[in-house]
Amino acid sequence: MTEEFQTSKPIYMQIAERIFQQIVRGEMASGEKLASVREMAIQTGVNPNTIQRTYSEMERMGIVETRRGQGTFVTENKEILAELKIRLQTDIIESFVKNMKDIGFSKDEIVRGLQDYLSGCDNHD
Amino acid sequence: MIELRNVSKKYGKDFTLKDVSISFHPGKIYGLLGPNGSGKSTTLKMICGLVYPNKGEIYVDGENVNRGISRKVAYLTELDMFYEPFTVEHMIEFYATQFPDFDIRKANILVKDLKLDLTKKVKQLSKGNRGRLKLVLALSRKAPILLLDEPFSGLDPMVRDSMVKSLLSYIDFEKQTVIIATHEIDEIEPLLDEVLAIYNGNLIDIQNVETLREEYGLSVLRWFKNIVEENEIYGGEKE
Repeated sequence: MTEEFQTSKPIYMQIAERIFQQIVRGEMASGEKLASVREMAIQTGVNPNTIQRTYSEMERMGIVETRRGQGTFVTENKEILAELKIRLQTDIIESFVKNMKDIGFSKDEIVRGLQDYLSGCDNHD
Repeated sequence: MIELRNVSKKYGKDFTLKDVSISFHPGKIYGLLGPNGSGKSTTLKMICGLVYPNKGEIYVDGENVNRGISRKVAYLTELDMFYEPFTVEHMIEFYATQFPDFDIRKANILVKDLKLDLTKKVKQLSKGNRGRLKLVLALSRKAPILLLDEPFSGLDPMVRDSMVKSLLSYIDFEKQTVIIATHEIDEIEPLLDEVLAIYNGNLIDIQNVETLREEYGLSVLRWFKNIVEENEIYGGEKE
């Protein structure tokens, strides 16, 4: 199935973010080979030039490596992957905190709300 | 590469296209966008030599366009241009006799991918399957230029998805220049590199799809609506 994309963000970035999430969740292991540009284009229904840009961007960030004649692989550098995980976390917290502040919550209220919510989650588990 | 130089086309007194200059380059997929009657189809017909401009010139790989340019240009028309009693297989054989660059092997792979029945007659095909057959015939040529006029029009999302996948699988991105004319913008946005807005015969804007998103936070549809609105307010009639 062709995938849906958010309208206001570049498509190459949205595809990179999806791959980052797969890596962080462990669905894609360090050292694992990524689909070729053409395969990824067909999977996602996206122009190959856009996918090429996704791959170049991920390579620039050090998260994947292109080996001549072999393809593109997730880096084996564990430090970079650990940083990636923290970066995704920071991104999510940032947008959460911004949303909460936008509707008028203070720092303390945000922390308390989050604690209450999480302990509520524990009870349900 | 396709080049339009100051091209105008009139049917009677009405301009279908007004003084349009633009080039299209290999390795890219262009979306030619506009409401019905804006001049999209006429532009494609002029590039493949079915219609001649009243003013200006059109070049395909440096060659001035005439009827013979169909050698280099594969064209999917929005109309049904099939012989109804022919089977899918007959259509493929017929195309192979008309175009030396037609690749029967590729056509048969595409027929399989798109789940068409070779023995079915054209008149027995559903609208979706006629759409698929048209795409098979256009994609099976090794032409440097591929023009698709409303290839997804009236087709359900499943058919559209399978056609998009075939396009992405079989376009030769090293060599081919691809132009897709459509008014169904949303569906094919991720497929496009560049978008051109045509309105009332005027080429009103050209943008890169990812630049629109990155720099202006706009989807192609949003951009297109904005720009058409501007033209309606300030008048597209800049003579």
